[in-house]
Amino acid sequence: MNVLSLGEYVELIGHFMVLSIIAIGGAITTAPEMHRYLVLERGWMSDAQFTGSIALAQAAPGPNILFVAVLGWTAAGPWGALVTMLGIMLPSTTLALAAARWGRARRDTLAVRAFTAGMAPLTVGLLFSTGWVLTEPTRTSAVALVLVVGSAALLLRTPVSPMWLIAAGAVSGALGWV
Amino acid sequence: MAISSDDSLAAPLGRPQGLGELFWVFNRLALQGFGGVLPVAQRELVERVRWLTREDFLELLSIGQMLPGPNVVNVALMIGDRFFGLRGAFVALAGMLAAPTVIVLTLAALYGHFAEQPAVAGALRGMGAVAAGLVLATAIKLAATLRRSPLGVGLASALAVATTALVAVWRWPLVWVLAALGPLALTLAARRLRR
Repeated sequence: MNVLSLGEYVELIGHFMVLSIIAIGGAITTAPEMHRYLVLERGWMSDAQFTGSIALAQAAPGPNILFVAVLGWTAAGPWGALVTMLGIMLPSTTLALAAARWGRARRDTLAVRAFTAGMAPLTVGLLFSTGWVLTEPTRTSAVALVLVVGSAALLLRTPVSPMWLIAAGAVSGALGWV
Repeated sequence: MAISSDDSLAAPLGRPQGLGELFWVFNRLALQGFGGVLPVAQRELVERVRWLTREDFLELLSIGQMLPGPNVVNVALMIGDRFFGLRGAFVALAGMLAAPTVIVLTLAALYGHFAEQPAVAGALRGMGAVAAGLVLATAIKLAATLRRSPLGVGLASALAVATTALVAVWRWPLVWVLAALGPLALTLAARRLRR
């Protein structure tokens, strides 16, 4: 855990507010950018801590967005969690409320339809990027590769709950196989 | 938004009796959601407390997906807003986030204490590999929808691949990537839709 200066907190909240605006398709699509900023640019956590934080959040109940709180906590403790959560939530919640009240009537306009159709492929690319970045700490492990491919295949082909897959990953990791 | 007139389910729709009930229903569904709250939200809101028809839920979800930010959080805000205005929106959001935040940060604090233990570090590495698999599965599911893209499957795939290359391989800052590819994608989509 790092102790941040006031200026660094301001920069942190600013960065996450920008991500909040561009997080079409959920905050997880911006995880590669969070990784670039928190790990590569700032050095506030390691690859393993970054992926571990996201895994921890996925293993807990609640909306996926909480991975942002865990990243903030890992970077800078309780204040870090508060700042990253406020940053990622404020702009998008404001927009959602505004849209709920005024945007409905305009949902079928060309601009909105073009926006949705145009952003869809970018969102898909961002999700693939997120998956790739998350494999960073375990790329050299054969068992980890089996876990990545196996859990993706099971989720696509069977109605298995992700909870069991996460549990299987935790057990095989705790036994020292990964 | 109109309450749909031809409700396929016979019983009339309910509504939350007050802010307290709104909070507890969202609290309950958030705590049941492991690895995603959306399926639970649909079951609770449409089938159990019956505040929404399935069509209502889908409509809210598609708005929520079009907007930036977490879909399920956007849906909670819109439902709270529909029944009790701004207060309702914040109460629904609080119900969704309060308890899970406490749980996940407790786990994070514990992890900080035990991170040195090889078994704990290993468990997190294993969970991380599975998390990567889950995200990739979601990406593959969404990629299948590009077949119906107004852009045409070739163009849509090219844009997806270009995004992946810039973000994951060349590690461009996301703002640059969106500035480079966003206007291109929107212009092409608008042109195709106009035809």
